[in-house]
Amino acid sequence: MRKIFVEVYAHFSKEGEITPISFVWLDGKTYEIDKIIEKRNAASLKAGGQGIRYKILVRSKVLYLFCDENRWFVEFT
Amino acid sequence: MGRVILHCDLNNFYASVECLYRPELKNKPVAVCGESELRHGIVLAKNQIAKSYGIQTGDVIWQALKKCPNLVILKPNFPLYIRFSKLVQQVYSEYTDLIEPFGIDECWLDVTESTKILGSGRKIAYEIKERIKTELGLTVSVGVSFNKVFAKLGSDYKKPDAVTVITKENFKQIVWPLPAKDLLYVGSATEKKLSSRAIYTIGDIAKSSPEYLKRILGKWGEVLWIFANGLDTTPVTPPLFEDNIKGIGNSVTLPRDLTCYEDAEYVIRMLSESVAQRLRQQYLKCYTVQVWIRDSFLFSITRQEKLKNPTFLAREISQKAFEIFKKHWNFKNSIRSLGVRALDLVCANSFYQLEFDSLKKFKLEQLEKVVDQIRRRFGQSAVLPAILLTKSDLPCEIPLHNKIHPVAFFK
Repeated sequence: MRKIFVEVYAHFSKEGEITPISFVWLDGKTYEIDKIIEKRNAASLKAGGQGIRYKILVRSKVLYLFCDENRWFVEFT
Repeated sequence: MGRVILHCDLNNFYASVECLYRPELKNKPVAVCGESELRHGIVLAKNQIAKSYGIQTGDVIWQALKKCPNLVILKPNFPLYIRFSKLVQQVYSEYTDLIEPFGIDECWLDVTESTKILGSGRKIAYEIKERIKTELGLTVSVGVSFNKVFAKLGSDYKKPDAVTVITKENFKQIVWPLPAKDLLYVGSATEKKLSSRAIYTIGDIAKSSPEYLKRILGKWGEVLWIFANGLDTTPVTPPLFEDNIKGIGNSVTLPRDLTCYEDAEYVIRMLSESVAQRLRQQYLKCYTVQVWIRDSFLFSITRQEKLKNPTFLAREISQKAFEIFKKHWNFKNSIRSLGVRALDLVCANSFYQLEFDSLKKFKLEQLEKVVDQIRRRFGQSAVLPAILLTKSDLPCEIPLHNKIHPVAFFK
């Protein structure tokens, strides 16, 4: 399990809620997040780190996107 | 219904946070140690594997390496630990608002009222334990009991990642056979005094008479008897309801020993700047200045003196501190650590006897307040007393916060 730091485009609501919309992957392409399945605080025990964990659906693949302080990373096998 | 108190103690806190961020270290012995170049080189925390090698908190790095040559030594990352401490407290705050921190990694929670909605103390303890594990990746030991002392004993009883419930019915079986030193406020000196009178366990303390204990240990004897019998009624006090601050102090272990008065004056000035700035931040003045000195043989003394009028001026505090220092230290031994503390605090606006040079003092107060503003805007090193530019081998940064500090049980 690796930790891939990514650039994220997100929506900041008036209430201060952050919703990630898309991210830039290693190949330089921007991938839209099709759906946020779940959002919760979680530790990334395998990749290392802790933050708000978004369980997301990207092109029918489930990924875990973490916001650890102000840095975003994806758990990747 | 009796009280339901939880004591939550994060296991190997610093080391666990480090291992969480470096999963590759999970199966290696890891210790978080102070920086040896700054002579803070002791083990601050170790993980479970390092513990199995006999490494203890407080071991000097070379001692630890002798016990375990392949020990991974990490530098501490205090901002990260403080962040996790806050996150853990956020979890606790979902169960009760009566939370009393006892250091960075321990808290007491009074969940008496919450049990009516959320279930028993045991249930809440397990829920907290599991949440901290999944949400923060840390393990916690929780003690559940009807008073703070037994709750703390419970969290120490089984480690790591465990819940221990000590009730009025079972405390004699669980607590009493434990060694006396496991009880809060039984240090090594007290333990020696007790064991010389054949008092070895907490049960022995409980069965002794309070008068006898008082004769041996003074008023603490009575307190220990109350603790051992489960009669402690100390409330869980959130920091908001804390008594007024009793003192503001800063101390430092230096990168090299101090060998002359000039060195000492330098360090005292640096510490006094910090103490004075923190006093001003809290709108307080002090009547007493205290100096703490630890020599190269780790022998320490504390001396204090009163001021004529209360002050929050760095120059007055440092003058007094240096005066005390010169009176009580002759440099037979060199100095390893030094501390300055302001005591007998009063509100900065309180009345006091004016002097002939009060106007001068008022001007100096205004001046130091302006220095605070400059430091707030441009950083702590933006304005420094010239003396702090004279020694390149001693630290000159003025610490502003004493973020990690031990907390007293009695308030």
